[in-house]
Amino acid sequence: MSNQEKHWEKSRGLLMITLAIWFVFSIGIFLFGAEMNEVTGPFGYPWTYWFTCQGSLGAFVILIFWFANRQEKIDEEFGFSEREDE
Amino acid sequence: MKSTNFIDNLPRVYGIYTGGFIGFIIIMAIAEQMGMSAKAIGIAFVAFTVFIYALIGWLSRTAQADAYYVAGRQVPTVFNGMATAADWMSGASFVAMAGGIYFKGYGYMALLVGWTGGYVLVASLLAPYLRKFGCYTVPDFIGTRYGGNLARFSAVVVLTVASFTYVTAQINATGTIASVALDIPFQYAVYIGLISILLCSMLGGMRGVTWTQVAQYIVLIIAYLLPVFWISNKMGAGFFPHFMLADEVARIGELESQFGFVKNSAADLATVPKGLAGITKAHSAVNATPWAFISLALAMMMGTASLPHVMMRYFTTPSVKAARKSVGWSLFFIFLLYSSAPMLATLSKLSLIDPNLSTGIIGKSIAEVQAIDWYQNWNAANLMFVSDFNGNGTVELNEFFMGGKAVVLATPEIAGLPYVISGLVAAGGMAAAMSTADGLILAIANAISHDVYYKIIDPKAETAKRLVVARVLLVVIGFAGATIAAMEIQGILGSVIWAFDFAMSGLFFPLVLGVWWKRANRQGAIAGMLGGLAAGTWYLVWVRTGGSGFLGITQLTFGIFGSAVSLVAMVVVSLMTQEPDKATQKMVDEVRVPSGKTILGKQ
Repeated sequence: MSNQEKHWEKSRGLLMITLAIWFVFSIGIFLFGAEMNEVTGPFGYPWTYWFTCQGSLGAFVILIFWFANRQEKIDEEFGFSEREDE
Repeated sequence: MKSTNFIDNLPRVYGIYTGGFIGFIIIMAIAEQMGMSAKAIGIAFVAFTVFIYALIGWLSRTAQADAYYVAGRQVPTVFNGMATAADWMSGASFVAMAGGIYFKGYGYMALLVGWTGGYVLVASLLAPYLRKFGCYTVPDFIGTRYGGNLARFSAVVVLTVASFTYVTAQINATGTIASVALDIPFQYAVYIGLISILLCSMLGGMRGVTWTQVAQYIVLIIAYLLPVFWISNKMGAGFFPHFMLADEVARIGELESQFGFVKNSAADLATVPKGLAGITKAHSAVNATPWAFISLALAMMMGTASLPHVMMRYFTTPSVKAARKSVGWSLFFIFLLYSSAPMLATLSKLSLIDPNLSTGIIGKSIAEVQAIDWYQNWNAANLMFVSDFNGNGTVELNEFFMGGKAVVLATPEIAGLPYVISGLVAAGGMAAAMSTADGLILAIANAISHDVYYKIIDPKAETAKRLVVARVLLVVIGFAGATIAAMEIQGILGSVIWAFDFAMSGLFFPLVLGVWWKRANRQGAIAGMLGGLAAGTWYLVWVRTGGSGFLGITQLTFGIFGSAVSLVAMVVVSLMTQEPDKATQKMVDEVRVPSGKTILGKQ
């Protein structure tokens, strides 16, 4: 397998993990919205309410930065990162 | 605004600008104390900020294609994040979102999740690859990846349908705010709004829009957060509302069960002015089925990843790496406003309905409420209404009605904040609507001037001529949008959601599969774009004309049906026809690698 194929395989793996985490925070938890809202969560808000107001939104922000860093590492590993001459 | 020196100085330039704006707010506050009228303050806020944007637009004028289409590809990540946030958060987000949460609670908050979660898809599936491609517009990517004028043209069609649906709502919002703040009729205010929008984009194209959008973000975020924090502190709800409103949320739940949701008779409701609503749904309880919530969130997420005016912002970053990081910053800046909207809705609702608070009106006598100053103002503006349906002389929860916009626009006044804050909020709403309208009009005009005129009609056209065409189109599309907006056909929020559905129906899978599936070919992409758009449009028309719909897909989520048809059509047609040639496959391989020249830069 060529260098480029290995790079793409790893990038695809990262995409799958990213989309799985995304699925949990955007869809997964809202399948159980009614049940989860009975429980008190962070700062005293009901869990589901907190996720829709802040939790999921914040998780997405962190997820994107995490993804960007991991992808940069993969690019560097295979020598595909951009030169810093801009 | 030309040298790289300017880029290095950006933090200082916008630091001075922010300081200047805060200074302006303080001067207005002092002027209010000295007796400046509310109307004059409103005019000063809107006129001053619009003047600044126009000045930035003029300073950013350019005669180069690269600067006009992609701001010279040198916008730093954090600033591009702010510009995208302003581009993204429309008049609807600013003015209508807190109101929607106020009235509909949990079911409505699917939009919060949808309009943020979509950025994960943008960052991981599309933005870095399209940046590597080096295109000027989204149809530019489709046209080069799949080849052929028909594919390019189909992308322009989908883009125009989605963006135009969206832009009329934004021009409508600028018109509404201009007409209230400047006290002129809506039909004229729409065109004043339009001229302000064109001043930012016409001379400098994407470069002008970028630097005005950063300035607009700063205004709109100050205008949104300042009142939320101020009200929260004034009510004694907590100095940092986001972490401290749990008691208030619980108190609303308590009051809801105490008052109950009494259903009004149709005859009673007929006396309520059009567009106003009462509180009929629980504030924090789960009041929607999982599928109703998830389908709306999903449609908005896929729509986010397909809307060209957002995607093209990531064409302006210096590198692929910067494009990825920039998506993160965009969402961070959006998060600041979106996470505050539910807090504003909570504070607004509690201050109105809690009988223990001096501002509460439930339980007071009708005559007493009708004598309140702010009630009279907003009642005159057709945004508030009380009526004694049961004849007991006091206001009940089901007897108080308010317009969705009033939650953002009127809460400062209800909570007893000085008028200067209301002027600030008007300037913020104007900034939000203008920045989105700018991005959308530019996306349409650029697609038509670059993809239809330059790439299809006259590939030999010189830069000067191309830029003239681009600017003429900008004005024509702006006026067409304003003319339709002046007719006031539909509400602001409904048409915004439709735009997402149109975009995802036609563009989501052709874009994503263009990068992630090498086997996708021209015939498949064309089938996907046109089939998806046609199916989505058919479903919308069918449901609007009394069709029952299926699988719980409503007129707000028709993109789910459209994009499913698009996916099936694209895969089936691609597999039935020849696989793409070697050159195309090699191009896809190169797109997947960040280093090296852009694809279009090589040709």
